[in-house]
Amino acid sequence: MTTAKTINLELKVWRQKGPKDRGKLEIYDAKEISTDMSFLEMLDVVNEQLTLEGKDPIAFDHDCREGICGMCGTVVNGRAHGPEKGTTLCQLHMRHFSDGDTIVIEPWRARAFKVIKDLAVDRSAFDTLIQAGGYVSVNAGGAQDANCIPIPQEVAEKAMDAAACIGCGACVAACPNASAMLFVSAKVSQLALLPQGKPEAAQRALSMVRTMDELGFGNCTNETECEAECPKEISITNIARLNREFFKAGFFSSVE
Amino acid sequence: MRLDAKIPGGPLTEKWDRHRFELKLVNPANKRKYDIIVVGTGLAGGSAAATLAELGYNVKNFCIQDSPRRAHSIAAQGGINAAKNYQNEGDSVWRLFYDTVKGGDFRAREGNVYRLAQVSNNIIDQCVAQGVPFARDYGGLLANRSFGGSQVSRTFYARGQTGQQLLLGAYSSLSRQIALGKVKMFPRREMLDLVVVDGQARGIVVRNLITGETECHEAHAVVLATGGYGNVFFLSTNAMGSNVTAAYRAHKRGALFANPCFTQIHPTCIPVHGDYQSKLTLMSESLRNDGRVWVPKKPGDTRPPHEIPESERDYYLERRYPSFGNLVPRDVASRNAKAQCDEDKGVGDTKLAVYLDFADAIRRDGKDAIEKKYGNLFQMYEKITAQDPYETPMMIYPAVHYTMGGLWVDYNLMSTIPGLFVLGEANFSDHGANRLGASALMQGLADGYFVIPYTIGGYLAGTSFSDVTTDHSAFRDTTNEVAEHVEKLLSIKGKRTVDDFHRELGLTMWDYCGMSRNDEGLEKARKKIQELRGEFWENVLVPGSNNDFNQSLERAGRVADFLEFGELMVIDALARKESCGGHFNEAHQTEENEARRDDENFCHVAAWEYTGDDKEPGLHKEPLVFENVQLTQRSYK
Ligand SMILES: Cc1cc2nc3c(=O)[nH]c(=O)nc-3n(C[C@H](O)[C@H](O)[C@H](O)COP(=O)(O)OP(=O)(O)OC[C@H]3O[C@@H](n4cnc5c(N)ncnc54)[C@H](O)[C@@H]3O)c2cc1C
Ligand code: FES
Repeated sequence: MTTAKTINLELKVWRQKGPKDRGKLEIYDAKEISTDMSFLEMLDVVNEQLTLEGKDPIAFDHDCREGICGMCGTVVNGRAHGPEKGTTLCQLHMRHFSDGDTIVIEPWRARAFKVIKDLAVDRSAFDTLIQAGGYVSVNAGGAQDANCIPIPQEVAEKAMDAAACIGCGACVAACPNASAMLFVSAKVSQLALLPQGKPEAAQRALSMVRTMDELGFGNCTNETECEAECPKEISITNIARLNREFFKAGFFSSVE
Repeated sequence: MRLDAKIPGGPLTEKWDRHRFELKLVNPANKRKYDIIVVGTGLAGGSAAATLAELGYNVKNFCIQDSPRRAHSIAAQGGINAAKNYQNEGDSVWRLFYDTVKGGDFRAREGNVYRLAQVSNNIIDQCVAQGVPFARDYGGLLANRSFGGSQVSRTFYARGQTGQQLLLGAYSSLSRQIALGKVKMFPRREMLDLVVVDGQARGIVVRNLITGETECHEAHAVVLATGGYGNVFFLSTNAMGSNVTAAYRAHKRGALFANPCFTQIHPTCIPVHGDYQSKLTLMSESLRNDGRVWVPKKPGDTRPPHEIPESERDYYLERRYPSFGNLVPRDVASRNAKAQCDEDKGVGDTKLAVYLDFADAIRRDGKDAIEKKYGNLFQMYEKITAQDPYETPMMIYPAVHYTMGGLWVDYNLMSTIPGLFVLGEANFSDHGANRLGASALMQGLADGYFVIPYTIGGYLAGTSFSDVTTDHSAFRDTTNEVAEHVEKLLSIKGKRTVDDFHRELGLTMWDYCGMSRNDEGLEKARKKIQELRGEFWENVLVPGSNNDFNQSLERAGRVADFLEFGELMVIDALARKESCGGHFNEAHQTEENEARRDDENFCHVAAWEYTGDDKEPGLHKEPLVFENVQLTQRSYK
């Protein structure tokens, strides 16, 4: 922490009053930014300044600021969550920028995610996807003892790898087709791997993929940008697993 | 007002069974005639909304974030306790109960805590059935780790992301009920007031955070699960949106607020490093399973850690508390860290830090094993500090983390307003003056999955309701008051930003109502808060308008409430002339500088009544009766 210094930056920030308004990039100076700050703290500093100048501060979503809630996220210099691998915007620190840099900050852009204001977008389509089957149909109260079904450690670990998705939407923002395949596949994989999720695996895959199409997300054409930009480094092997479940489901339903 | 906790009679072990039998039931076909509002989608609110809907009630569920999946519970790292005794170490419901009561320094109700320990096992079963990927041993059975204040391993975990996985479990059940049409979800809404009709909680007024519109919602009962108020300190490990607003406005409508001064300062957080800082980051307590806490023996030692030989290091927790070592409860660990820094033994640039060292564990178990257990925490530490904890010890310092105080509730989790129930961190009930690690997740899910579904039925079945719609004058009046409040915040157009006020309030709270307190400091804090509040209402600058997505306005409302609530915390701290758990009054300590309780005069819950703006709040005491555990000086030696 002793290496902190301060830098000056030029920001080009997407400003858009509401979903129906036209937006444009505005230029702001971010002066004397400590390199120990997080990216969002840098935006806080700019917003304090704008407020004191009587201007409207930049709207952006955030909450936990420790990379787990999935609320933050913007495109920074063309990259979802900025340049660092496996990092959410709130965990990106200014030490990865240099004095004099220009930083372009834009919202997620996808047909299924409308801009609410400035950098904040509506990601409720992700909730709709989970509602389409991203659960195990079990009511509270009836569960058997948790150790009744042993689950091999490596299976549990794989399920956990998939379950680590924070639902931020970077995968959609990074995908040239704005597809939600990585998001859907992470949930389908987690539950298909675990014995508790198996009974509904086929139905889940069919229903979530159908809903994805209905919501206006694009198709997956194996661009792999999603995996590259995912702050939790969710693997595209999950997409292969989703495809397997999907075909299995199609096969069984045609047998019926 | 007489506070009746409604704790069922009979032996401790039978209270809950007996109560469940005695509670009136709503028959399955009638459940659909009742509407229930649940505010909050964290572990407590999410699990409650899903479970109530599963039972057949019509649920309306609200949260501030854009999705219920992002509630602050998502950030919980270390784990969740249960009395499964899978490790065969002699754990039991009774032991979990006893550890929790003792950990809370004997300031919680026996009946509530015992019930919590009883249902803890059902929680783990329920979560596994939902597909929560808990960590497992090689044989495929569930793994456990240890947390502070206990000598058995009873903590279940999913890497360092336990809260995330449990919340996503609750969220998946909630999503299923939304799809079935039994829950109507209202994200990006902030509850700004409670509507009370004929003495019953019958609805809420919320602000739509995107459009700014105020919306009214009616129901037969209202469940608050709005989390803790740690952000009164500005810097805390809580998510940025965590607030006291919903609970405090319900308080102003008549709900008593219990033990507001009981706050938890967590010993292992990344130290503060600049005044631009917006929040603090927790390093999970689970790290104390393997990390050793130390400082240099010599005051003012500025050598880097690797140059300080073993013989010149003081592993002060292991030295002072040989039987619990690094796993003493949080309040004890935090106070000891502060004491070391007060003696000029702190490390790092600011001297407000101690080391948490993994070198021995890495030597013993190998880097891979440590990475498997704590990989994501180490990574997070490195991202923030740019230091590699595999190579050099972590630097940590205590930070505000959790609030044991909250709205007063009885055994049914109902507040002093009939029909207003409070769950999770927002209530005060189970953790006394200090919460043990991994017990908040347990309590939130216990309340939501296994307590409220029964107790709310008892209330609904035993109450007669008049027809109330949002056209009722109570809704109109409350809406007008809310609108006035909002307009006032926007009209001041002063010179200081909301964050600027919040930061100053936070510093005052931290300095005088933090890890250690004294009467003189508390008096001073009270005056400062009053002055700051006065200035706020004359000089705050809130940009923008009310018909818009206005994040400054959201924060202004929350800070306005913190500015009133902070004073209540100070008043409560002043009134409690003893030390217990997280409340350490310097005038009341043992020779070894441990908290000294005064059971004769303070073995009670302090529940505060709102009596009007700038008026002294009224104090009501609920005596705590211990029939099953003996009150002792807590010892972790
Ligand atoms: C970093 C961190 C790590 C932790 N780790 C652990 C751990 O390992 N084990 C453990 O047991 N505990 C842990 N805790 C504590 C635990 O996470 C919390 O106490 C618990 O999750 C609180 O759950 P809750 O459901 O009561 O509230 P929250 O999860 O805080 O949820 C509050 C909900 O209420 C909503 N809300 C709030 N105000 C309003 C309003 N005015 N209007 C509408 N909606 C509102 C929010 O949107 C949210 O949905 C940790 C806490 C932190 C900060
Ligand atoms: S703010 Fe929660 S992930 Fe960034």
